[in-house]
Amino acid sequence: MGFEKFGRVSFTAQTKVAGFVEQLEKGEVAASRCTRCGARYFPPRADCYQCLGGEVVFEPVRGTGRLISFTTANYAPTGFEADVPYTLALADFDGLKVFGRMSREVPPQELAVGLAVNLAVVRLPDGQLTYEFIKA
Amino acid sequence: MERNVCLIAGGMSEWGVREASLRDMFQEAGKACFEDNPAVTNKDVDGLIVASAYTERCSFQTHLAPLVAEYLGIKPKSICARVELLCASGSSGIILAYGLIKAGIADVVMVAGGEKLYMPQKWEVFYSELASVDHDWDGAQGLGLPPPAFAMVAKQHMKLYGTTEEQLALVSVKNRRNGLNNPRGHFRQPIDLQTAMTARPIVPPLKLYDCCPVTDGCAAVILACEEKAKDLTDRPLVYIRGTGQATLNNMSANMPNWTTWEALKVAAQKAYADAGVKPGDIDVAQTHDCFTISEIIEYEDLGFCEKGEGGLFIQEGKSDFGGQVPVNTDGGLLSCGHPFGGTGIRQAIEIMKQLQGRAVRQVEGARIGLTHNLSGFIAAHTVIIYGRDKD
Repeated sequence: MGFEKFGRVSFTAQTKVAGFVEQLEKGEVAASRCTRCGARYFPPRADCYQCLGGEVVFEPVRGTGRLISFTTANYAPTGFEADVPYTLALADFDGLKVFGRMSREVPPQELAVGLAVNLAVVRLPDGQLTYEFIKA
Repeated sequence: MERNVCLIAGGMSEWGVREASLRDMFQEAGKACFEDNPAVTNKDVDGLIVASAYTERCSFQTHLAPLVAEYLGIKPKSICARVELLCASGSSGIILAYGLIKAGIADVVMVAGGEKLYMPQKWEVFYSELASVDHDWDGAQGLGLPPPAFAMVAKQHMKLYGTTEEQLALVSVKNRRNGLNNPRGHFRQPIDLQTAMTARPIVPPLKLYDCCPVTDGCAAVILACEEKAKDLTDRPLVYIRGTGQATLNNMSANMPNWTTWEALKVAAQKAYADAGVKPGDIDVAQTHDCFTISEIIEYEDLGFCEKGEGGLFIQEGKSDFGGQVPVNTDGGLLSCGHPFGGTGIRQAIEIMKQLQGRAVRQVEGARIGLTHNLSGFIAAHTVIIYGRDKD
């Protein structure tokens, strides 16, 4: 249990990578790193498909990423209606690709492919934890 | 010994916003399929594969294949099961039926697919769509499927290759015009370029007519081994020549490339190699135009034109009747709509009719046809090549 605290709407309570939420509690957005071969995964995974190692550690995704693409949703799936419009984005952090929401603080006219972004942990009014992109 | 496999019949229910249940529409599609070729009856069919993605969620019905068999009076003895690959469920069913017949496990198989998506409680589709992406991670961010994903693809393609909103709109104008060729499709009203260009934004740069609708409907085809096919149709035989189905990622962040669909290239190359044909040999194609940008990228990654030239391909009329390779000749998803499990089957029906010379609007002399579906977060691609000649 514990993973139900992740996301605007949570779909899964039990996962072997629920430690991701503990990292969010500490203010970090974590990837997993395989202790055997060093492969990194975001979102974190419990096993490594490259070396078949079964031990991973959480490691914060730090530094500055670059926006690969983004879009603003004017309609939303069930559970997200109150959020529209919201901007979804994909960014590259030194080879780790992270998908998430763009902070509403970033003015729409400044959004551009290649924009430098950082990750920030967000605690929502209902107590849910998530992360979003902010301007670097 | 491997056997040749032919498509011998096909039919659709009415597609659109239907006040009908899933089983009603499977029955309509089965009826239309048998009516299409009176030489084949339900007694000739020894296997049934049903393709449907949201049957449990939207119709609260699992164990669907025996239900469809019962409603169509089919008594399967070789196979009776359902297959799911979201938007490519129908094409997946065709590939599985093809393999079973080729291997001698089945002789005559119906592949029926479709969805009931419009529900009295309208939130059902918008809830279920979250199951179509990586639910735990992408879904938790509100990544519905699919407009935002394709909007991001379109934005990148425009930036990298100079593709324009007008070129996107031209795809919908062509396919809405071609929609007149499918009397059972969802939309049968053409639109002009200005209407497409000034339509309300859905997820920029995609506007209303850049997006296919949510649709109720079913479709069915019958496949048979060549020996049986000769007895069960008077029409020219249409052979399955090659197939490919590929995936390289499921989650959005793991997509290798947003504007070059690597898995599509893998699936296409496999299908071309199986069939012994090249992109230039394809006379008519039904591709997965869930969004206008999809069709443009599909021209490129199927090899109909060079990378980045998909926008020019539509602009120069190369994908229209009379062009290099007419694409979505029955209106595609943009006109016919997209009841996920039904789409690949609708495409197969149009290709069968084109190769038999009996399409509503005929590509003259068409002998080789291709269908393509994408599914999920552009995460899997399915390509099937059909031919009037067995090799």
